[in-house]
Order: sequence, then C-alpha cells, then structure tokens
Amino acid sequence: MQERTEHTHSGDAPLAQAKQPDATAIPEAGPQTRPDDTIVGRTVTINRPRSELYAFWRDLSNLPRFMENVKHVEVVGPDRSHWTVKAPAGSTVEWDAVITEDRPNELLAWASTQESTVRHSGSVRFRDAHGGRGTEVTATIIYDPPAGVLGKAIAKLSGREPKVQARRDLRRFKQLMEAGEIAISHPDEEPVDTPAGPLRFT
Amino acid sequence: MRALTWHGKHDVRVESVPDPRILNPRDAIVRITSTAICGSDLHLYDHTIPRMKSGDVLGHEFMGEVVEVGPGNSRLKAGDKVVVPFVIACGRCFFCGNQQYAACDNSNPADKADMSEALYGYAMTGAFGYSHLTGGYPGGQAEYARVPFADVGPIVVPADIEDDKVLFLSDILPTGWMAAENCNIEPGDTVAVWGCGPVGLFAIQSAFILGAERVIAIDHYPHRLELAKSLGAEVVDYNEVHVREALVEMTGGIGPDACIDAVGMESHGFSADNILDELKMTVKLGTDRPHALRQMILACRKGGRLSIPGVYGGMADKFPIGALMEKGLSVKSGQTHVQKYTAKLLHMILAGDIDTTFLISHRLPLEEAAKGYKMFKEQQNEVTKVVLKPGVAVH
Repeated sequence: MQERTEHTHSGDAPLAQAKQPDATAIPEAGPQTRPDDTIVGRTVTINRPRSELYAFWRDLSNLPRFMENVKHVEVVGPDRSHWTVKAPAGSTVEWDAVITEDRPNELLAWASTQESTVRHSGSVRFRDAHGGRGTEVTATIIYDPPAGVLGKAIAKLSGREPKVQARRDLRRFKQLMEAGEIAISHPDEEPVDTPAGPLRFT
Repeated sequence: MRALTWHGKHDVRVESVPDPRILNPRDAIVRITSTAICGSDLHLYDHTIPRMKSGDVLGHEFMGEVVEVGPGNSRLKAGDKVVVPFVIACGRCFFCGNQQYAACDNSNPADKADMSEALYGYAMTGAFGYSHLTGGYPGGQAEYARVPFADVGPIVVPADIEDDKVLFLSDILPTGWMAAENCNIEPGDTVAVWGCGPVGLFAIQSAFILGAERVIAIDHYPHRLELAKSLGAEVVDYNEVHVREALVEMTGGIGPDACIDAVGMESHGFSADNILDELKMTVKLGTDRPHALRQMILACRKGGRLSIPGVYGGMADKFPIGALMEKGLSVKSGQTHVQKYTAKLLHMILAGDIDTTFLISHRLPLEEAAKGYKMFKEQQNEVTKVVLKPGVAVH
C-alpha cells in the first residue's frame, strides 16, 4: 500500500506541538483537542483526480459505503447532515453534524453540533500526488471525550482501535475509488453496510 | 459444491461447502474443469504458511467455464473458457498500471491487509486459496470458484483446446517465464537453475527461448533431472557432486551468468507462532533456509544476475551479503505478475513454441484430492504434477 501514518496522537499534547515535519498535513480546522481525544491521521495515495475524490466525499451520504461503523448519513442541508452510527449490542447512536470547513478539491472538515450527545469530528485533505500518481488523501477523525465512554465504545466496535478503523476505512475508500468496488473474500465477511452503490445488488 | 478444504497439517479433505456467488460487480463464477496442486500448496499442507483457517478451500491453479458474470463485467460472458491467474489484481491501481499485478493495492480486503502490512511494511496482494495473509479467498480445487476482478484476470482460451495445454498459464508457466526474464539473458549466456520442479522445468524452457546458450539444472531426483535433460539442460545431481565446483568446472572457471532459485524456503518457512507474536508486538519472523540461494550467490559469476521465483516468507540467517556486494550481483524476485504474461504465453502455446503437458504425471478426480496431496508430498521423484478433475467419477 502506498500509505504512511501521518499522525497518531492519544496523549495531551496539542496538535500544534506535534513533531510532524509536514505541518500542513494537519488540518487547521476542526475542534480543539483535549486529553484522551483520539486523533487518527493516515495518508493513502489514490490513483484518481482530486476533484473526483473530493466530490465523492463531499456527498457525505457516500461515507457508509466505505466507513465500516457508519450506518447511514442523511444530508439534510447544504452543510448539515444526520449521522447514524453503529453502537455496541446492535444499537445505534445518532447525531447531527455540520461542515466546518469546505475548500473544494482541497479540504473538508465536519463536526457534530453542540446539542449532539456524541462529539465527533473529522477532516479529509486532498493533495496532488507527486509524479502524476493521483491524489494523496489524509483523513483525521476525532472522538471528543465528553461523550467519552460512548464515543470510545463506538470507536472500538468489534474491538477495533480508531486508528485501525481509520486505516481500513481509507483502504476501502481507495478500493472503491480505484477499482470501483471493495474487495471481499467471503460473503459472511461483507464488512460495509451499503444502502446504495454497487456493493449490494444480488 | 464439493471442494478440497484445509483442516490442519497434513489434513485436507474433500467436503461439501456452499456454492460461491457473485459478491461484487466485476466478479465471475467459473465452473472448474481442471485444477492442479502446486508445490506451494505443500507449504499449506505442511502448515508452514500462517493464517490458515479450518475449512479454507485451497487451490490457485485452475481453469474452467464462466457460468455467471457480475453486472460490472462486460469482458466475459457465460460459456467462455478461461484460465484464471492465481494473483487477484484490480487492474486500475498504480501497480497494475505498471503491470506489477502481484503488487496490486486493492485486492486484499481491508481487514485482512493489516497482517502482511505489519510483516512486510506493505500489504500483500490477494491470491486464491492461499491463507488469510493474501485475503483468504476460497481457492479453485473445487467445482466452482468466485473470481474477483474477472474483467482483468482470466484469459479466454479457445473452446476446443485441451485443458492440459493451457492450465499452467494460471501460475507455474508465467512463473517459470518471469524467472527466466528476470535473468536478463544475453547471447552466449549460461543459466543455472536450482530445483527441477514445475517452475524450474518451465524456467529451463523459457531460458532457452529467451536466448540462453546453455542451461544447467540442479536437483537430486533422477526423474526430474531426466525431464530437465529432455528439455536440453545439462544436469548436476547435488547428491553426486559438489555443486559449486561442478558449476565452476562446467563454465571454464567463470561461473554461470545468471542463476535461478526455483527452490525457495524448502518447506522450512516461517512459523505461525512467530507471526502471531509479531502481530502483537514487533517484527520477529521465523528463519527461512535459503540453502539454494546461498549456493547460487557464491556460484554466480562476477557481475551476474540472480532470479528468485522460489517462495520465502521470513528472515534468512547467514545470508552472504558480502559475496553479493563484492561480486556486483543483481537480484530480481517477487510473486509472478501473471496477468502480464498470459496473452504472450498463450500465443506461444497455440503456435507450438511451448508445451507444458509433459509435466503432468497424474490425473485424479477432485474427490481424490487428499490422495493427490499425499502422493505429491511423498513421491516427489515420480509425481511431478497432479491435475484434479472436478465432476469426474472415482473408479
């Protein structure tokens, strides 16, 4: 995989002090971090143009196609969306999110609204890859601890750490964008719930 | 359907398992008419490859008839006769674009890719019937198989051609070919081949076609050496002579210009325990036994070329890096980019330039696959290749 870990942080150092040679890899937008926040960054190179990848992500209703624990995202306004996310014991949790920063073909950031019980935010950055190899995509996901116990429970569905989840979600995004479908080897291991799109048609 | 399933060391069984079905748009379902046991299947049989699960369907050398295609696959149609590459490749990533299909980024499912990424730094590419490191895809020693990315993998062959003539396009013929190609053969070259199993024998054929003046084959099984000789190779029996001295003598003191390691880890691979440890903690692989590789680093001429199609999985002790460097050797290796070679090699088969049928020593009904594994494991002199036929009754 053409991937590298961009930044992984679970301590209490603010992002701005992180020892990261390429500070531009860290999104400027997004909520402030706090102790125990889970911040996961991961970069993958995808052999498609920036505009195409941005457009796919900008329609947040596409996220459940490659994000394993996101069941459904309903776009309810230009910047507003309603998320349904898998929670332990077969239940779900829901929240509203707004787009907090939107630079077409460059960067997209979102965060749950103040009134949401779960504080969640994320951002994704798109940059031209060197050598005409497509686009470098860096995704960052933050679960905010005031909703901590539940947030972590969500993040650790199936025993998965958020960074594992983010890595696999990004791999699936790459597969979907490049190959047009997400690789699976067994019918009982279909990892992604896909209300729309090419995955379920039988 | 009936399929050969893995249950542990030296425990494989033909059982009834659910039929495969289309799961992704680019898939196809193939009804298998011929499927072979590969030398690398013996690594699974011996359980030297980790991350196997009880019930896994084995087999990565297979061909048959397309019976169903997914809605995103416009290249194949029901009734096509196809040979299926063992490498599963998406055809659209950077690596597939470079014809490095065995490095495809997208065919190993996201949740399986962690294991090999931890081992090798980058995830392995998907393959049929070869442990969950390479995706856990059910293999082709079965009546049917689901073939992902079937619009770039399978090669359509003429409906009237015998299976035996084209079956080995799935793996060992392209593997032997790429092994020889990786030698960058120049006119006048002498190529030495360690191991006269299927890949070694096909590498001998390929080396001659690519312009080698001489090929020297090294093994100890008399029958395999006979086959090598019949292909035009000079032979060295390592039980009879000191290999390096023989090679030096046979090449006027120069050494072979290029050397092929068609042996690999000799079933003394990396242990499952070490891999599991590694996944928890840190890189701690088992030790491969690169006996042939060491020998060829020393035997190869200065400035010569090494080609390693033989499979390794872990680390090597006592690797003569000094000889490699001081002699200025170059090394090429890797799993075979099968899809790169199938069209060219099919053309050569149809033109009569390559015949691979001589290799097949046994044909068995699929139902007798377990017996086939045992024979292939225990009688390596006589049993050069076992082809299994699904749907054929046991006599």
